[in-house]
Amino acid sequence: MMNTALCIAFPALVLLAFFMGRSRALRLRQSALEQNQRPHSTPAYYGLWVALWGIIPAGLVSILWFLGAKFCPGLLADVSSVVAACVAIVSGLLCAAVAWYRMKPATRARNFIERFLNLLFMACAAVAIVTTVGIVLSVLFESIRFFKVIPVYEFLFGLKWSPQVAIRPDQIGSSGAFGSVPVIAGTILISAIAMAVAAPLGLMSAIYLSEYASSRMRAVAKPCLEILAGIPTVVYGFFAALAVAPVVRDIGTALGLEVSSESALAAGLVMGIMIIPLVSSLSDDVISAVPQAMRDGAYALGATKSETIRNVVIPAALPGIVGGMLLAVSRAVGETMIVVMAAGMAANLTFNPLRAVTTVTVQIVTLLTGDQEFDSPKTLAAFALGLLLFLLTLVMNVIALRIVRKYREEYE
Amino acid sequence: MTETAIEKVKRGLPGRYRAERRFRLMGMGALAVSGLFLLVLFSSIISNGWSAFYQTVIKLNVFIDPVRMDVGNLGSADYQGLIKASLRRDFPQVRSRRDKKRLYAIVSTGAAFQLRDMVMKDPSLIGKSVDLWVPADDDVDMYLKGSYHGKNRYGRLKPVQVMAIKRLKEEGRLRERFNTTFFTAGDSREPELAGIRGAVTGSFYTLLVTLLLSFPVGVAAAVYLEEFATPGRWSDLIEVNINNLAAVPSIVFGLLGLSIFLNFFHLPRSSPLVGGLVLTLMTLPTIIIASRAALKTVPPSIREAALGVGASRMQTVFHHVLPLALPGMLTGTIIGMAQALGETAPLLMIGMVAFVADIPHSITDPSAVLPVQIYLWADSPERAFVEKTSAAIMVLLAFLMAMNGTAVYFRKKFEHKW
Repeated sequence: MMNTALCIAFPALVLLAFFMGRSRALRLRQSALEQNQRPHSTPAYYGLWVALWGIIPAGLVSILWFLGAKFCPGLLADVSSVVAACVAIVSGLLCAAVAWYRMKPATRARNFIERFLNLLFMACAAVAIVTTVGIVLSVLFESIRFFKVIPVYEFLFGLKWSPQVAIRPDQIGSSGAFGSVPVIAGTILISAIAMAVAAPLGLMSAIYLSEYASSRMRAVAKPCLEILAGIPTVVYGFFAALAVAPVVRDIGTALGLEVSSESALAAGLVMGIMIIPLVSSLSDDVISAVPQAMRDGAYALGATKSETIRNVVIPAALPGIVGGMLLAVSRAVGETMIVVMAAGMAANLTFNPLRAVTTVTVQIVTLLTGDQEFDSPKTLAAFALGLLLFLLTLVMNVIALRIVRKYREEYE
Repeated sequence: MTETAIEKVKRGLPGRYRAERRFRLMGMGALAVSGLFLLVLFSSIISNGWSAFYQTVIKLNVFIDPVRMDVGNLGSADYQGLIKASLRRDFPQVRSRRDKKRLYAIVSTGAAFQLRDMVMKDPSLIGKSVDLWVPADDDVDMYLKGSYHGKNRYGRLKPVQVMAIKRLKEEGRLRERFNTTFFTAGDSREPELAGIRGAVTGSFYTLLVTLLLSFPVGVAAAVYLEEFATPGRWSDLIEVNINNLAAVPSIVFGLLGLSIFLNFFHLPRSSPLVGGLVLTLMTLPTIIIASRAALKTVPPSIREAALGVGASRMQTVFHHVLPLALPGMLTGTIIGMAQALGETAPLLMIGMVAFVADIPHSITDPSAVLPVQIYLWADSPERAFVEKTSAAIMVLLAFLMAMNGTAVYFRKKFEHKW
């Protein structure tokens, strides 16, 4: 009830300030024109100026109140939020009234507004930095709490992942092992299978599309790849669990091999197909950037098209292609839904693609959507895994950028 | 006599031409694999899902016994008992207690609620016999749609149930009807009563919050970086951060949302508000990068002309540059929204994994979104949920194609050649 009243009152007061400022500015403009002077800005700017002089103090008071309540709870504990809102509104109205009274034709309203907007835009751009800082801090704090219970070397080098924590002292099965090596090995295995599928298929698709394909085929194939890229990963995961995993298992049993129904092969295959558009579009951009003069030189020497591509174009585009592959690996490592639905939860330390393995992202999801309380090492382990994942993908992205920048040849 | 050079070259040519043809075929094959996978994926989803759009219904003739009704408290009468009585009357040959229980099970548990709504809307029906079409139980539905093959032809159905179904079919009291429940009902544990309305409403609210937050902030950030930022360490840092954020795995954003929005700010769990905030942070890099590209296409002559007639820099941007770059920005935003619609992992982290049966009415109500609903249904063991999941996927893909198609259409229509 109070919330809706505030939601209506606040914009109404802002509009009131605007129109009052504007009408006063119109009157001042009239009297200034009679004396052959002109006001500095148009009346609408003066209206906005008065409104801003109302909004900014009200906003500052609200933020200060909120911060005060968060960090020194004792001070304002008994004062309800209604009083806070009233204080903010009253301070805004006071400042707006003062500004309205002191308005003159010489007041540089437009400059004030433009400086304010500039700061606002800069703050919006800084949201990116705030987000990164927020990610690092949030994951770091919880991970530090985790590492107080489980030592870092056991987490990084332990060979057994079994995140059970005892609720009662005599509970059976309460042995907690938080060694992340099997989980990381599972991630590496599935990503390797995915790259084994995506790298050749994506690169050959890119080569064919940029070198051989007619514009009609390109008009058909590119949207196809964009559709593949736009399908949500939960659909890929459902398809992997429903259609691909049984087929893989049936083929395996027909060949006499023992295949788990949640094999790494099924998840890796589907993930590879998901990454193909990424590899293809990145490689396509780089291959198209190779200047035609190099290709023409090779043709002039009598090379066939495939020989040109193999010996001239690809080596010239190689840094970009490698950078693209690294970005694709980082995408594969961070992928969640396909592996949650198609890969298993058993942390086996194996490189056999026919067995079930688990990945870092699956463990994060399992640990945080279970029913353990938030402080136990079991759930905090998820944040430690998240930190690991974030650092891993960050390092891979930085390396990819470095490689592209360092080895890229400038042709112009 | 030694070969001349030209003869050596001519000798090697057929092999080289063969290698050329092989290479070309490999390229076409790679493209064909992608196309084939797309075909297999779509045909698999559609073949699994199209049967969810129709549903088996059974016509019952129920006598609303006034003895069982308490007029003052119509809501809590034993409607299930009335339905059971109707079934017993139709099949008097069913004797044993176990067989009777199986007989009752061919009708969905939602039938009792349907009857209750009917009586509460029109209490004059008490004492009369009414005909109503009720949904059949999902085991019956699956059997009639031919989901079971081979030895297990009847699935979980017992002989008495198969007999009853055959009788009802002969009497014309069993038929297939378009499944409106799928679009009007929220989630349910019973597959025949489950629908996507709650998930679609939740997705709508979440995307609304995301759009309202990410579009202004993204455009403002792009304008700042493109028009007002002085090249230096500060803007370099912002650019590096934006590029990094575009490549961070989505689940890390979920962890951010969990620890800051839920644990620090105590916002309501599993609400579209928190989901929208997390998705805003995820789509901001996309919108910023697309908006910057759109701003770059506006030629400098426009800016210089505006400055030349006396506009300030802010006025140049707002009155001249921004309107010209707006179509490109909108295209980028639509694509960003389409990506946000398909996101699941970060929303799982902020608690949308719970079973939410009600339709959300505001951005602070707990809700599910369509991809999360698909994930939850994919985990269910009942066979009927396979077709429901596939049908929900079809709805999601339809929305995504509509959004991407709109973006492509806008891009083509407003493409301005300077």
